[in-house]
Amino acid sequence: MTKQRLVVIGNGMAGARAVEEVLARGGADLFEITMFGDEPYGNYNRILLSNILSGVQDKSEIFLNPLDWYAENNITLHSGARVTDIDRAAHAVKTANSTVVHYDKLLIATGSRAFIPPIQGVFQADGSLKSGVFGFRTINDCDGIVAAAKQSRKAAVIGGGLLGLEAARGLLNHGCEVHVIHLGPHLMEMQLDSQGGAILKAGMEKMGVHVHLKMSTTAVLGKDKVEGLAFKDGTTLDCDMLVVSAGIRPNAELGTRAGLTVERAIVVDNHMRSVDDMNVYVVGECAQHRGKVYGLVAPLWDQAKVFADHITGANPQAQYVGSKLATKLKVMGVELASMGVTDATEESDETVQFSEPKRGIYKKLIVREGRLIGGILMGDIEKAAFLMQTFDRDSPLPEERLSLLFDLGGPSQKVTIDEMPADTQVCNCNGVTKGKIGACVASGKKTAKGVMEATRAGMGCGSCKSLVNEVVAWFAGGALEEDPSVHYYVPCIPLKKPELITAIREQNLKSVSAVFKALAFDGREDPLSKPPLASLLLTLWAGEYEDERDARFINDRVHGNIQKDGTFSIVPEMPGGITSAAELRRIADVADKHNVPLVKLTGGQRIDLVGVPKDQMPAVWRDLDMPAGWAWGKSYRTCKSCIGIDYCRFGLGDSMGLAVKIEGKFRGIDSPAKLKLATAGCPRNCSEAMVKDVGAVAIGDGKWEIYIGGAAGAHVRKGDVLCTVDSEDAVLKLCGRFMQFYRENAKWKERTYTFVERIGLERIRAVVVDDADGIAAALDDAMEVSTAAVYDPWKERDAPKTANQFATLIPAELPVGDD
Amino acid sequence: MNEYPIGALAQIPKGEGRNFEVEGVKVAVFHTQRGEIFATQPDCPHRKGPLADGLVGESTVVCPLHDRSYDLKSGKELGADCVLKTYRVRTAPDGTIMLAL
Repeated sequence: MTKQRLVVIGNGMAGARAVEEVLARGGADLFEITMFGDEPYGNYNRILLSNILSGVQDKSEIFLNPLDWYAENNITLHSGARVTDIDRAAHAVKTANSTVVHYDKLLIATGSRAFIPPIQGVFQADGSLKSGVFGFRTINDCDGIVAAAKQSRKAAVIGGGLLGLEAARGLLNHGCEVHVIHLGPHLMEMQLDSQGGAILKAGMEKMGVHVHLKMSTTAVLGKDKVEGLAFKDGTTLDCDMLVVSAGIRPNAELGTRAGLTVERAIVVDNHMRSVDDMNVYVVGECAQHRGKVYGLVAPLWDQAKVFADHITGANPQAQYVGSKLATKLKVMGVELASMGVTDATEESDETVQFSEPKRGIYKKLIVREGRLIGGILMGDIEKAAFLMQTFDRDSPLPEERLSLLFDLGGPSQKVTIDEMPADTQVCNCNGVTKGKIGACVASGKKTAKGVMEATRAGMGCGSCKSLVNEVVAWFAGGALEEDPSVHYYVPCIPLKKPELITAIREQNLKSVSAVFKALAFDGREDPLSKPPLASLLLTLWAGEYEDERDARFINDRVHGNIQKDGTFSIVPEMPGGITSAAELRRIADVADKHNVPLVKLTGGQRIDLVGVPKDQMPAVWRDLDMPAGWAWGKSYRTCKSCIGIDYCRFGLGDSMGLAVKIEGKFRGIDSPAKLKLATAGCPRNCSEAMVKDVGAVAIGDGKWEIYIGGAAGAHVRKGDVLCTVDSEDAVLKLCGRFMQFYRENAKWKERTYTFVERIGLERIRAVVVDDADGIAAALDDAMEVSTAAVYDPWKERDAPKTANQFATLIPAELPVGDD
Repeated sequence: MNEYPIGALAQIPKGEGRNFEVEGVKVAVFHTQRGEIFATQPDCPHRKGPLADGLVGESTVVCPLHDRSYDLKSGKELGADCVLKTYRVRTAPDGTIMLAL
């Protein structure tokens, strides 16, 4: 299939985001992508320009996609190239220097520009801004403002909206006396009502900003350079620089010239397509959807998704339905959250309000029919996350309105990160939840920066950055018992084991790579999650499991236990600790022949050949000619036993015989953690069966007590008696059923002693012995299937499963030279 | 700096690493599930664990001895300060691994 040509006009946040969304949907296979950008760089986060201005951040920190990104994704970027015309008939765009590029699909994302009101004297004769006058929209503007501020004494800002105040803050940091000139009756009319505006004004003035309201600027004074402002009321103000932040205007002229319907901006349908041309899409601030033009970042993200869904065919029905506007921001150190309307507009609207001007705190909510239609929080925005979510979801409000504004009762109710539910949005701009950040940290990102880059949290307006930092720190450092990810089976997939099993079964995922692709954050592999997933998949699918060797820990790739020097230990099978003189001789010969540095008896009544280099292992196995002892993995390990009934004068049951049967049946069965078993011929417990993961103790009359959850390692616990049975077959059956229940329900690396305490003996007994859940037969069947799928891995000595499976060092195949 | 052919990419299964010796230098070469290849020093700076035996996910390798994790691109240890020596490595069109020493 030949690729279509996708041309994107605009390399700002909208254009780049839209392209990212297209790439995320496999768009690289569908489109040759060409982007045009006015500005001579990769794209950057315009919202953070105020931080550049105030010196909080460096320019390099606000770039979203460096130039490498374009190359890596095969995007042809024409930076510093302004598109002047679209020829829709010819499907081509033309730049100022007459480059012509053809398209199959076109995206217009030209954004908007600072609006400079036609004040007398603001422009020079050639149409450029008078020296000392700046807009506040681009990196270029920022550079100019910073340079001028260093020379200036007194700076004026026209416009008391969000951007104007940000500019004022920046100028203040550069040591200027700052005056904000605002036409309206109060500051930030888009976000605040008059009372809130007044409180903000008081806050600004306290910081040293002079605020002039209801002032209409009539002229910029000064001949070649700005020297002052004149106002309608006849007064003037001296200043040696001026920043104009009087709103933005969509860059829609290109659309007009191309014959597209343009009202305030280019008019689009619900697929973000121009209403006139199905091959032309428009997103961002230059798009007008259902009569609305958005100047915030969150709607843009939504639009970019719809655009990408539609153009790639990922979801041809994708529709943009408009955005509800809610923002959280910090203006000159004052925290502010604003959503929806700022004043009641209907008689029946309720207003819930609290004001404490002295401390700069103001809260106001507008409620219609029990739902939040607008709100302002200033100075104390603890309830912002809850309210913004309520507003966005249009959920019904609690009757107790007071609780909307404050957390009441009990000690300090500040929602700590521990208490924050996983689905709480931390970054509203990019829709990143606490859970998503957790998954990202778990996937290996341990720094706030890494998490921000991976999730884009904090990369929109930036106002949530401190919260993102806190959440990342919380996930990364301790507070383990509160960490929700401890309940996940693997950290990179936010699902508990039963949910994960359901997902795996429903989606028929049979390999570790398929699980990552389908369920992990961003489809990314997490190295340490590979073995637990491999184990679980093997348990669930047995013979149908698609084995990927890279998902195994090295021990399971080469069937030995890695030692501190990179060599391995080799333990052949020796059920019940029973051997023979001939077998011992052979083991001794092998140890001699291969210079095995250490021969050691293990705690599991076996013989360990320690210190064998990886590439010698196949030869050692061949010479041993014994089955593998599975002494390396998270699996059934061994079953030790005492002498039992044949020789011991106290013996009540054939512990050795039973141990051999147990090992014969369960050897090699993978499990969440190792399973050590033992059988004892009498309650004297010489083989320590009562402190094993599973133990069987003969009590006479052919009866056996089955113990589970015992431990005698780092943790010591006497096992619990699961039940008493009256035959060896019953021991095998119930041990197998318990182990299968454990395999399906235990967390990764959760030994039985923890598992039994967590689930509870009564519950386990109900399921395993009394079949209360009716799953006993299914557990038995599953175990049968698993045991049937086990084979002796040491046979791989003659048929390696992967290239160079046992190689320690591969000599380079250097070509033979001619000389 | 010279570039040496050290063998076919098929010598390293996807998602795993192998140690190669070229011109007397031992190098661990990794072949990720996404098909990228990386080369680093063979031993973990912590306790000399064999990195080629480690678990690999995306561009991270985890040492099999004590779970120290490293970014294969930069060689940097994740969450700590150790740095692995990395080597420039690529696959030639015929599938030969080319290592720069």
